[in-house]
Amino acid sequence: MKRLSTLILSLLALASAHADEVQVAVAANFTGPMQVISVLFERETGHKASLAFGATGKFYAQIANGAPFEVLLSADDETPARLVKEGNGVAGSNLTYAIGKVVLWSADPKLIDGKGEVLKKGGFKHIALANPKTAPYGAAAMQVMGKLGVAEQLKPLFVQGENISQTHQFVSTGAAELGFVAYSQVIKNGQVGSGSGWIIPGNLYDPIRQDAVILAKGKDKPAAVALLKFLKSDKAKEVIRSFGYELP
Amino acid sequence: MESAAYSADLAAVWLTLKLATVVTLLLLVIGTPIAWWLARTRSIFKGAVGAVVALPLVLPPTVIGFYLLVVMGPHGPLGQLTKSLGLGLLPFTFPGLVIASVFYSLPFVVQPIQNAFEAIGERPLEVAATLRASPWDAFWSVAVPLAKPGFLSGSILGFAHTVGEFGIVLMIGGNIPDKTRVVSVQIYDHVEALEYAQAHWLAGGMVLFSFAVLLALYTFNPARRKTP
Repeated sequence: MKRLSTLILSLLALASAHADEVQVAVAANFTGPMQVISVLFERETGHKASLAFGATGKFYAQIANGAPFEVLLSADDETPARLVKEGNGVAGSNLTYAIGKVVLWSADPKLIDGKGEVLKKGGFKHIALANPKTAPYGAAAMQVMGKLGVAEQLKPLFVQGENISQTHQFVSTGAAELGFVAYSQVIKNGQVGSGSGWIIPGNLYDPIRQDAVILAKGKDKPAAVALLKFLKSDKAKEVIRSFGYELP
Repeated sequence: MESAAYSADLAAVWLTLKLATVVTLLLLVIGTPIAWWLARTRSIFKGAVGAVVALPLVLPPTVIGFYLLVVMGPHGPLGQLTKSLGLGLLPFTFPGLVIASVFYSLPFVVQPIQNAFEAIGERPLEVAATLRASPWDAFWSVAVPLAKPGFLSGSILGFAHTVGEFGIVLMIGGNIPDKTRVVSVQIYDHVEALEYAQAHWLAGGMVLFSFAVLLALYTFNPARRKTP
């Protein structure tokens, strides 16, 4: 009897909060943190976030062609800006929810030193990076190599993943000895979890700002607004930081 | 459209044709004995071998690609073998793509040829034997000519499937210009970079090519009428 009344009470509470479902497109690199955040979000607000994970470029094409997403958590800040400019995003709703960090990583525990000297010394056949034309982490990797003056010398050794997860696979299988991956992919308890890595200092590349935006289909939708607000909350920030991202 | 971008597209087209040609020729050499054996054998292993050949039909390309990456990588059995032979590692190389493509296009070549061999039946070969043809001779002068439509279908399908493959190439290629950046990857890149105009002409070309291939297959292949 007691359980039943709690159930009824919680149902009433949900109804009074105008519980709502929001369709969210999430950049693949943010899969881990977003799964945790969506649970917290649901618990906190009663709204439900239904998540789809994928490449930002693909989401852009889908949204421009009428996909039913209401919020986009992009892997960059350009795609949300472009969506707003083209009328598919709500102006002024852009928000930087995380800043990605790049790490030079190898599955070999001895290959990478704490300063990235290995890039100058060589002794490897392939270096993996995400496609710089399409992936922000790839563009950042190019900047790092450019600033260190090793880009030309390493270019013949490049192997490109189409996105950062594929780049991580190249390195984790050992097919490429080392590569530039997202810190969020290799972090474990606040440090590089396995192999060896060099967390690249922020002054060697432009910050990888990941922006969220409310899309035209989510305009004036309480759950969409609530989700963006929740991304700025301390609870969400703690999760985001624990996955190896920085915050604005 | 910039000419540099154009030449990158052309390089991808050329590489794709080169890959598909090499793979088709290799598949005819490898696939024919497999098809012959599968068509004639009463071995208990027939089912198992047939199933392995057909695996690429059902597995998602990214799964095959991932396992090929692991197997060919420095810790995988094939990787260990190529390293000890002094050949280096196969991922991110043209020979690596060839081997991967041979594996995933295998059923498209073996199955039509096997069906053609099976359709011949015992009789023509028995007749050849009574005329004192050796099995080798009978194979070349009786079985192969009779199975010609199967070889034709197999070659066309193997070639076309190699041209169209994407998932596996993506996994083990590494997108290196002139070595592993084939047309399907180039199209994907254009779409991801929002260069839709360039993606369109390559993708449109691929649609036309595929249509032409299938048209040729259905127009010129008389075996289609016979096989059930």
